[in-house]
Order: sequence, then C-alpha cells, then structure tokens
Amino acid sequence: MNEIKKHTIAVLVDNEAGVLSQVSRLFSRKGFNIESLAVGTTDNPEISRITIEVLADEDHAELIANQLRKLFIVHSLKVLPPEKSIRRELVLLKVRAENSVKRNEVIQIANIFRANILDVSPGALTLAMIGDEGKTEAFEKILEEFEILELARTGVVALERGQETINEDTKEKGEFNYGKNVL
Amino acid sequence: MKMTGAKILMECLLEQGVDTVFGYPGGTVINLYDELYKYQDKIRHVLTSHEQGASHAADGYARSTGKVGVCFVTSGPGATNIITGLATAHMDSSPVVIISCNVSEDLIGKDSFQEVDITGITMPITKCNYLVKRVEDLADIVRQSFAIARSGRPGPVFIDILSNVSAAECEYEPVAQEHHSTTGKLASLMQRASHNFESPKPNMDDINKLVEMIRESRKPLLICGGGVVRSRADKEFNEFADRIDSPVAITVMGGGGFRGRNNLTTGMIGMHGSQASNMACDGCDLLIAVGCRFSNRVALDPETFAKQAKIVHIDIDRSEINKNVKTDHHIIGDAKDVLAILNEQIEQQHHDEWKEYVFSFDTETIYEEESDTLTPKQITKAIAELLPQDTIVATDVGQHQMWAIQHFHFDYPGQLITSGGLGTMGFGLGAAIGAQMGNPDKRVIHITGDGSFRMNCNELATEQYYDLPIITFVFNNGALGMVRQWQTLIKGKRYSATDLDRGPDFVKLAEAYGLKGSRVTTVEELEAAIKDAIEWNHGYVIDCAIEMDEMVRPMVQGGKRITDFIVK
Repeated sequence: MNEIKKHTIAVLVDNEAGVLSQVSRLFSRKGFNIESLAVGTTDNPEISRITIEVLADEDHAELIANQLRKLFIVHSLKVLPPEKSIRRELVLLKVRAENSVKRNEVIQIANIFRANILDVSPGALTLAMIGDEGKTEAFEKILEEFEILELARTGVVALERGQETINEDTKEKGEFNYGKNVL
Repeated sequence: MKMTGAKILMECLLEQGVDTVFGYPGGTVINLYDELYKYQDKIRHVLTSHEQGASHAADGYARSTGKVGVCFVTSGPGATNIITGLATAHMDSSPVVIISCNVSEDLIGKDSFQEVDITGITMPITKCNYLVKRVEDLADIVRQSFAIARSGRPGPVFIDILSNVSAAECEYEPVAQEHHSTTGKLASLMQRASHNFESPKPNMDDINKLVEMIRESRKPLLICGGGVVRSRADKEFNEFADRIDSPVAITVMGGGGFRGRNNLTTGMIGMHGSQASNMACDGCDLLIAVGCRFSNRVALDPETFAKQAKIVHIDIDRSEINKNVKTDHHIIGDAKDVLAILNEQIEQQHHDEWKEYVFSFDTETIYEEESDTLTPKQITKAIAELLPQDTIVATDVGQHQMWAIQHFHFDYPGQLITSGGLGTMGFGLGAAIGAQMGNPDKRVIHITGDGSFRMNCNELATEQYYDLPIITFVFNNGALGMVRQWQTLIKGKRYSATDLDRGPDFVKLAEAYGLKGSRVTTVEELEAAIKDAIEWNHGYVIDCAIEMDEMVRPMVQGGKRITDFIVK
C-alpha cells in the first residue's frame, strides 16, 4: 500500500450547470471524501476553477486526475506539487467574549495572527483570517479556550509559484485532448 | 424557418443521415412521436416490446454498422428502463444517442407524474448528457451529441428534452453535417481539442520508440482489443501482425478485429483464454496491446501479467494508460492511424522459433464427443458450416457467449456483437434485432443460454412483427451455467439458485409469438433444424439441449496468474 497523503488538484472547467456533480462523482465513485473544495470563476467568466483536496495514495490520485482530464467540461488540470504551491484559505470565526477583558485578549491574539476583526458585539467577536492549514489550525486551537461559537472556511485555493500555470500545452495535455476530438 | 422543437429534432436526425430509430412512446414524448408520424417515409421507427430492448437494438445497430444508433423513450420509467442499455454501450464504447422527453418546465423538480432526474442518473454511464431547456439550443445540442457519440473513443450520449421545448418554436437553419464542426458549441470544442486537431497524428517519437522495441524483440505478442473493431482497423492490424510476424491474442471485444482463422491467431486471451494465448502472454518479451483496456478478465492479476515483457499500450483514450496495468510505453491515437504509420516504418520480422513454441499449445478447447449429446463445439461447427461465413453473431452473456467467441472464427469488425464490459444478460436478442435492421442483406443469429433468453425473450414479438429472419440458438443446459461452473469449481458444488428446472418450453414460446421452433439433442437434428430455419426464412428458435455440467474451458480464476488454469 502506498502512502496516503493530501493532494491538491486544480481544474479549469466550463462554467455550466451540472459540472460540479460531474467532477465530484469521480471522487465518490471510488469512495474518497473530498477534504476541501473551492469553486469560482476565473478571469474568463465562461471558465471556473475548482480546487480540490483529497486524501489518497499516489496511484489513486493520478487515476482520478486522469478520469477528470477526459471529461469534455474539463479544459485543464494540474496536480499541484506541494513544495511549489501557494495554498490559502479564508476562515471566519465567531468567538465568545463576554466582557472587555476577554475581548482584549481575543483582539491581541488576532493581531498576532494578523486576523481581521469584522464584528464586535456584546458577548462575541467575529474574526477573519487567511492562511494555509498550519496557520488556521494554530489560530483555531488557541481560540478554543474562549469557545468558538461558529466557524466557516472557504476551502483551499492554490496557485503554483513561479511562471508556470495550469494552461501550459504539454504533450500529456495534447494526449488527453486527442480523445476529446469531435472530428 | 420557424419550427417546433419536435420538428427541429427530426430535421437534425436527417442531417445526421439517421433513417432508423428504435423506441417506445409515452406521455411526455408524444410530440416527438407525432412528428415522427409525419416523417415516417424518411425515418423508420422500430417499436420494441420494452425500452431495454430498444436500447440494446440501437446498440446492436451501432456496433454492426459503425453508425450511430438512435433510441426514443419517454420520461420516468421509460428513461430508467434504458439504464442497462446505456451502461452496456458505455462499457463497450458503442456510439448510441438516446433521446427522451422529460416533463414540462413548470412541472420539473416537483416529483410530477413520470418525472425522474434522468440526467443525474445517467451521468456516470454516458460520455456526455444534456438537459434541453430552450428550444433555441436544441439543434446545436443534437449536433454536439452525434459528434461526441461517434468521435474519439465512441460512447453513448443522452439528451433529455423538456416536453414544452418539443412544442415551442424557433428558427431552424439546416447545416450540412460536414459543417457541424464549425458551428455552435462544436466549433469551440474543436478549438480546444488537441493543438494539432485539424489532422490529429500520433507522435512520431512515440512511434519510433516502438519500432525500436519491435526490432529488439524476440518474442512479441499482440493483443487485438475492441478499439481495433471500433476504429475498423482490421486491415491495418492484419498487416501489422504479418510484418512483426507475431502471434495475436484476441479479447472478447476484439472479436472480428483480426481474422479468427488467420494462422497467427492464438484465440481468446484471459479468464477463458486459450492455452496458447495465455502461455504466450506469460512468456513474451514484448506485449503490444491495441485498443484494449486490460480489464480484470484479461489482466487477471496485474502484478504477474506479462511480467517478462515490456508492455506497450496503443489507445485513443489517454486515461486508460496505466489504469489497470503499468505500461512501459504508450502511443495515443486512433488504432487505424497509428497502425498505418507503424506499418510504413517496420520492415518484415521473423519469429519462427517463438511461434513454434506458442502454437505448440492449443488455440481452441477440445471436447470428448459422444453421439447422443451435443457439445458446444458441435453446435458452433454446424452453424458455421450451414450458414454464410459473414453471418453476424449477437450473443447474450454466460457460457454460451464464451463458447461462441472461442469457436466461431470472426472475419470482420461488427460481426461479433456481445456485451463484453458490463456482461449484460438479455442483451442479445435486442442487439440482434438492431443488427438485422442495419444489415438487411446479412444473416443474423442470436446465440443465447436458457437463463439469458428468458430475461428479454419478449422481443420475439418485435422480431415477428418486423419479420426479421433471426435464428436464435439456445444453449439449454437447464442451469445458469457460468455461475454453476464457478459453484462447481470454487463453492464445493453448492448449487445455490442456479438450477433452471422450470418453463417456458422455448419451442412453444416461439410458436406463441408466431415464429417457429424446434428442440434438438443431436448433431443430425440440429442440422435439420438449421436447414428448416433457412427455408422458413422468418424468426426461428432452436433449443439445443446440452450437458448441464459442460464447462467453459480453459479457466483461470480472477486475480490469479494467467497460466494458473483451474481446468484445461
């Protein structure tokens, strides 16, 4: 059995109805849970970018990526190399702070983590922070002593460092596109 | 010109050259059928007994003619009844377009009568599917569907049209088929397809590497897969095999891609592969698989499969590479193109010693023959002798299927029609009907077992109504033979639910449908029945009694090394 680890898969797809279920079913088919999923349009409004994180061994991740690449709705796909990728997510947290002492403590921690304070109400603070999971988890952990009332995360989005993009014309991409020809 | 959606659909079918559709009417699809009535001199509709039969018929039509098979069904149960047909076509890469109408826009999503989310259901078993919500999109979607179904790796496409769309009107402009790739969504799909999409050519570096590997090989083996059949690359494959002077093993789906009587054929490969094929696979130093996906019925154990060989995979679908078996080299392209280029590059090779070794093993099963019982080989032999060599053979699934593939020698792509991937019992009769509709001048036979035939024998009514002279051969052993065989070999002869000691009487059944039938137990009776069927020239059922304990031999268990025969 190969080592199970987290893979970040970025996919450019048609911005159309049903696309997300076509993509996600390839994970559920093999019984893989999607750890994180983020979708949004790109600079081209007809194309969306989906970033998926999944726990799998190398072979299964490759298999899912290949089956995704063959879908007509998929324009490009890249399994982002972890050492060369920037991964970020936004986390919103509502934390209990029933008095000014507690409130100040939370604000101090937020400043250390460079989180934003979005709302201050009697009894609770709402914070936002951006980071990879190392940072967000540390933040979450330290706020636990104040009691986290609610938490929402956007899911990870990622880009590769350097000049390389998801759009490069590689031989492999040409091979996958070959099967999609409609001549 | 302004037209209704239903009329636009008919015009779009004519653009595609469709002259036959299979199907079954119903409430939501009534507008299409009303329009079909007006187009009946141009488009022939074949009404089956059940939607499943219609879907298999469209599939059989597609496999035997190479054209796209078309099927109409209604919403709800009409649509769910074709699921097995869609999955069958999807697994075997058969170009089928299925068109259904859903409830109208104001009713969709409200659990209305005969409403089902059929695009959701069919997503995993289609190459593409569409929900048509605007009549303006209809023509473009139909053009996309046909192009997608037949191009690249072929496959089924499902179009679900809201019933109000079939009545709504919009402008329709005819577009000749050769211009479809430059109109609408297809134009953008075309631009996105490969950077060299205008003449997709295999990569020459990949070709040259394989040529080098072939020159170095002393013990090559070719596998002829379903891709050779779909691409109609039989001539190119034949020349390729001759040039390399290599034995050729044929998969179930590859039947007809390489001539079964060619002296390079080692027969079928895999679980019920011949000893020659499986021994060659185990001993070769270069394995070139063309249009074959190394399913678990071929590569029974991926770890030991062809483990002495460099494995080369030629396929049109890049996602098949390294999916089931790790390969050493691959070439992406249409089998016909790739093989044609390879044939230009390779000089004649000779491998006499290796062939001598491979052909020292049996390429076909040998039976002990007694005069009072029929063996599978005797049945196929009588059929082959009395019917034309180009007879199209549609099978169901089980022992009879394996026997038919082992013992008939197919000559051309589309001659064997069988459910290889999904293994759909009940596929054969519908498929035979489709094949006969598409090939009115050829003899079509249906090889089945008593279990499979019972599943969808209702299509005998279709056979009778359209007066199709299909001969059904039932390999009747009174059991679900393949499962029983496993129970004998693997489950200590505990025959759980595999005895079929029950009706119907297949001769009476044939007669009830207005056909003729006879039951045979010896070669003489069988030959007489075949002659009678030829003379009768309408649908005919021949019920052939065979031994219950006859097995498909050889057999290798799933997950085991390909030479670990549990019976020889």
